[in-house]
Amino acid sequence: MVREGFVKYMKELEKELSEMNQMVITAIQRSIEALKKRDIEEAKKIIADDLLVNKKRWDIEDKCINLIATQQPVASDLREIIAVLNMITDLERMGDHAEGIAKIVILIGDEPPVKPLENIPKMAEITIQMLKMSLESFINRDAQAAKAICEEDDKVDALYDKVYQECLAHMIKEPKDITKATHLIWVAHNIERTADRVTNICERIVFLVKGSMQEMRISSY
Amino acid sequence: MEFTPVIETKNLNLYYGDFRALKNVNIKIPGRNVTAIIGPSGCGKSTLLRCFNRMNDLLENIRMEGQILIEGENILAETTDLIALRKKVGMVFQRPNVFNLSIYDNLRFGLRIHRLMSKKSDINEAVENALEHVGLWKELKDKLRKNARSLTLEQQQRLCIARVIILKPDIVLLDEPCSALDPIATLKIEELLQILKQDYTIVIVTHNMQQAARASDYTGFVHLGELVEFGFTGQIFANPKEKLTENYISGRFG
Repeated sequence: MVREGFVKYMKELEKELSEMNQMVITAIQRSIEALKKRDIEEAKKIIADDLLVNKKRWDIEDKCINLIATQQPVASDLREIIAVLNMITDLERMGDHAEGIAKIVILIGDEPPVKPLENIPKMAEITIQMLKMSLESFINRDAQAAKAICEEDDKVDALYDKVYQECLAHMIKEPKDITKATHLIWVAHNIERTADRVTNICERIVFLVKGSMQEMRISSY
Repeated sequence: MEFTPVIETKNLNLYYGDFRALKNVNIKIPGRNVTAIIGPSGCGKSTLLRCFNRMNDLLENIRMEGQILIEGENILAETTDLIALRKKVGMVFQRPNVFNLSIYDNLRFGLRIHRLMSKKSDINEAVENALEHVGLWKELKDKLRKNARSLTLEQQQRLCIARVIILKPDIVLLDEPCSALDPIATLKIEELLQILKQDYTIVIVTHNMQQAARASDYTGFVHLGELVEFGFTGQIFANPKEKLTENYISGRFG
């Protein structure tokens, strides 16, 4: 291996990306738990902690810029750095969506939900799984796996549709609950957008492995 | 940037006759790092490097003003022992300049001149350590009696580095050490610098900006005898403070 130093830098970059991926997964998990428990204090902490995700994004971006400026990366090394630059933008926005859910938890306050939470936690579970698998396929440079992850987005979309229809039906039946039901639709929307962003990440993994951009499944939303 | 410099110049001016080659250079170079000096041809970067072990003294009509502190000691003082200085601050040049001797004798040469050791077992150990340090031991351990000129240019340059470090210097100066090497050999020498910086302070002059970017921790940009900017290499190449630095590294002049 001629450029051991450079390989070490690239490994560090991958490690940082893994850490950011985990930070976002934790933020989503915490926001859903806070929603289930109507835990306003935890929601405030989640909002504050989003700054750490943002900071991580800028740190990684800095490293990418330094690598481009100093190491003259080419071919798959260059594509990897470009892919990481795009992936951290998506991860950072996912962190914002988790923060968005935490803000809704504060809006909801102590009010019990219009119906037991069932589909929203399921949406979050699938999305988190997608995020975990996207990191694995990135580490393994597995374009096939990355493409397969995108299909999971359909499940999240279908659940979002269900939440939306149920909330709509409830609003018609119980107009006094319109605000509460709207809050739940917002939560679901945040998760749905998060899953869409995982598909963006998967597109970048395909770009990294194959060298060309391919539009994956078009989300229904 | 806070550090105790291993090399520091204070208002350093150098004249070749009437020509002022260095103008009020104030530079602080940290220890155990690779520092690159870049700049266009004739800007004074090699002159600056050669100040650090007073190699310029070998030229006629040279005059220096200011101070050059090596580990706090002003080496421009009249009492400076130049032999000891050049042992402490070793130098590697553009083209590998191995002696027309065996690999072993090339390495033993400095030890003898400086009367560092006489016991054969000590010398053998020092030779092995030096070659190990520059990544040559495995490939050359059975060929130590071969003439050093039979080696590839990359091996010769590594041997030149070994010949410097066998004297246990604190600082290694490299003046365009890869200009005679092909790109892969160049990358290998750059990798070697990353290992050597754990034990030595490395200062490298290069006209190859990409090399400075890849291989150094700190970079100084010299233009018309002045130190225009000094900083972390990542900062210099991603976000230089001076427009002149930006114009040079982005190829707008030079």
